[in-house]
Amino acid sequence: MLKIDNLHVKLEEEDKQILKGLSLEVPAGQVHAIMGPNGSGKSTLSYVLSGRDGYEVTEGSATLDGESLLDMEPEERAAAGLFLAFQYPVEIPGVGNMTFLRTAVNAQRKARGEAELSSGEFLKIVRAKAAELQISPDMLKRPVNVGFSGGEKKRNEILQMAMLEPRMCIMDETDSGLDVDAMRLVSDGVNALRGPDRSFLVITHYQRLLNHIQPDVVHIMADGRIVKSGGPELALQVEEEGYGDLLAEAR
Amino acid sequence: MADAAVRTKDQTPTVEGSPKPANALDARLAALTLPQGGFTAAARRDALARLREMGLPGPRDEYWRYTEPRAFNAPVPQPIPLLDKEADSPLFGDRDRLKLVFVDGRFDAAASDDLALEGIQIDTLADADTRQDHWAADLYGRLETAGQTPVRRPFAALNTAAAADGVLIRVTSSPARPVHVVHRRASEDADVVWHHVIRVEEGAELTFLETGMVGARSNGVIEADLRPGARLHHITAKRAGHQKLGLSHLFVRVAEGALLKSFCLSVNGTLMRHEAVIDIAGDDAVAHIAAAVLGDGNVGAFHHDDTVFITHGAERCESRQVFKKVLKNGAEGVFQGKILVKPGAQKTDGYQISQALLLDERSQFLAKPELEIYADDVKCSHGSTTGAIDEEALFYLRSRGVPYGRAIVFLVLSFLADALEEIEDEDLRAEINDRLEAWLTLHATQ
Repeated sequence: MLKIDNLHVKLEEEDKQILKGLSLEVPAGQVHAIMGPNGSGKSTLSYVLSGRDGYEVTEGSATLDGESLLDMEPEERAAAGLFLAFQYPVEIPGVGNMTFLRTAVNAQRKARGEAELSSGEFLKIVRAKAAELQISPDMLKRPVNVGFSGGEKKRNEILQMAMLEPRMCIMDETDSGLDVDAMRLVSDGVNALRGPDRSFLVITHYQRLLNHIQPDVVHIMADGRIVKSGGPELALQVEEEGYGDLLAEAR
Repeated sequence: MADAAVRTKDQTPTVEGSPKPANALDARLAALTLPQGGFTAAARRDALARLREMGLPGPRDEYWRYTEPRAFNAPVPQPIPLLDKEADSPLFGDRDRLKLVFVDGRFDAAASDDLALEGIQIDTLADADTRQDHWAADLYGRLETAGQTPVRRPFAALNTAAAADGVLIRVTSSPARPVHVVHRRASEDADVVWHHVIRVEEGAELTFLETGMVGARSNGVIEADLRPGARLHHITAKRAGHQKLGLSHLFVRVAEGALLKSFCLSVNGTLMRHEAVIDIAGDDAVAHIAAAVLGDGNVGAFHHDDTVFITHGAERCESRQVFKKVLKNGAEGVFQGKILVKPGAQKTDGYQISQALLLDERSQFLAKPELEIYADDVKCSHGSTTGAIDEEALFYLRSRGVPYGRAIVFLVLSFLADALEEIEDEDLRAEINDRLEAWLTLHATQ
């Protein structure tokens, strides 16, 4: 599904290398987690994959089902099936959550040559999915993320994911700022989306989220590279011992 | 939006080859037909005398430093070809309202609704001004005269002297329907001077809508007197076409417990200036003035000036100014907004925000916020920002598959949302929002 090969990325504006030969492959249907100390480049990886400005790829490749992501505009990547759940979802006053969601869903359908959803069809689907995530009809009507609590914003991200039905989901510290109940809701939302044709790349600082969203593979990232990969037990090891030994071992 | 310092022009614009002011005024007046007037006769004579004393504005006038008055000073406007769609603007067309049609500034009875509406008295100025007595005699030119201090407004005086037609509306209760003035153009060179007088009596309420294209050049005045507890909702949607020259003055006197909400949507137009002069004269009154302006310098020059003067002369009153301008392709926006709090106007709550969204680096916004406060227990704030599209929000939208152009439309609507919020009626607000969205979508790719 997602294949990243020897990816080198620097900041566009300054001479600072952030990713230094990162390689990673997430097969269809799998959940991979990335853990790593602050400043290891985890968020940069998620932004570069989804097409945010400000980064320059100096070497390497990233493909989704064999198609190069790096040549696409952000909206093209979305239509190709990539989704990034933001660590800090953006507030957009004056634009209704529903209007935004319906525009996004239909723009993607159009880009893929599929029929657009009528407002009736859309409403029916969004109401059902919102209910599962305990998102109230009022939240759907409000402007995008405006006045939402931290937990509501993250649930709104998962609602967008559920509506857009991406094949490759990247989650950038979705657990940050969530209380236990919200984490369970978000995790249940994600688990409901798991399937043989959908993959996840879950970026997190804490093992706790991985109790709820069981990963197939855990990668440890440091200084712009994957330094070690293993099973879920790797996350437990980080939780107990910190990164010190793992990083020393990798060197 | 990123905050940025208010930009000001460091040069006074020079006017080359302008005639001497006195000659210019004579030439300007000679090109006009000055009605003798019936009940307005004295007001017209006084206005002419005021105008002769003031002269036409020049670049030395403090409030004309950022807007070049030459095209308004010229005796006649440049003819402007009629557009294909000069017909009735469909805005508010589906709404139950009393429609008054003006063609080249003259009332067209055949195209208008019957003027009878419960709770309201409507005459046209041209018609009523054949008589010597009229309730509007107390107001015509009076609020304009009061609004000449401390800042002179020569074109408003010229308007009072020369106005050919307009509506005189007296509201005694709350009419079931809004009153909607629709302007249409029929000739290429009409130089339209219109003047409306509105009195909303104690406890009454009026929604007053204005749309359409006014002329090759237009000079409009509204004088509105809000009696205690009266409510006036005023919504103007200027469909300026692409070569439009217009200026207008809104003079409102707000009595105790009365409420004014005025919103202006202005899309394109070569040179537009709107002045609002609000006198909050009674305690516990509320006055909100808002505008959403979109300008594209590519369809001819674009220059849009909002000049506001709000005087707080009573206690516990609230005023809000919310001005938003979206500028691209070298468009220029100007905002001059003043709040004057007189001695004794305690517990005043004054708020002013002017913001520009510049869609490219060639466009510019000039803002001059002013506060002058002579009472010690007041809350007044003002802010002005000039910014570009928020890249973070743009990326967020695109990452969800929203195409670039559509994302820009969303963000422009988001930027304008605060101004539209000032429209109290949700249906009217939604209609304006839809109109904006359609216009933005049409222009998104250009």
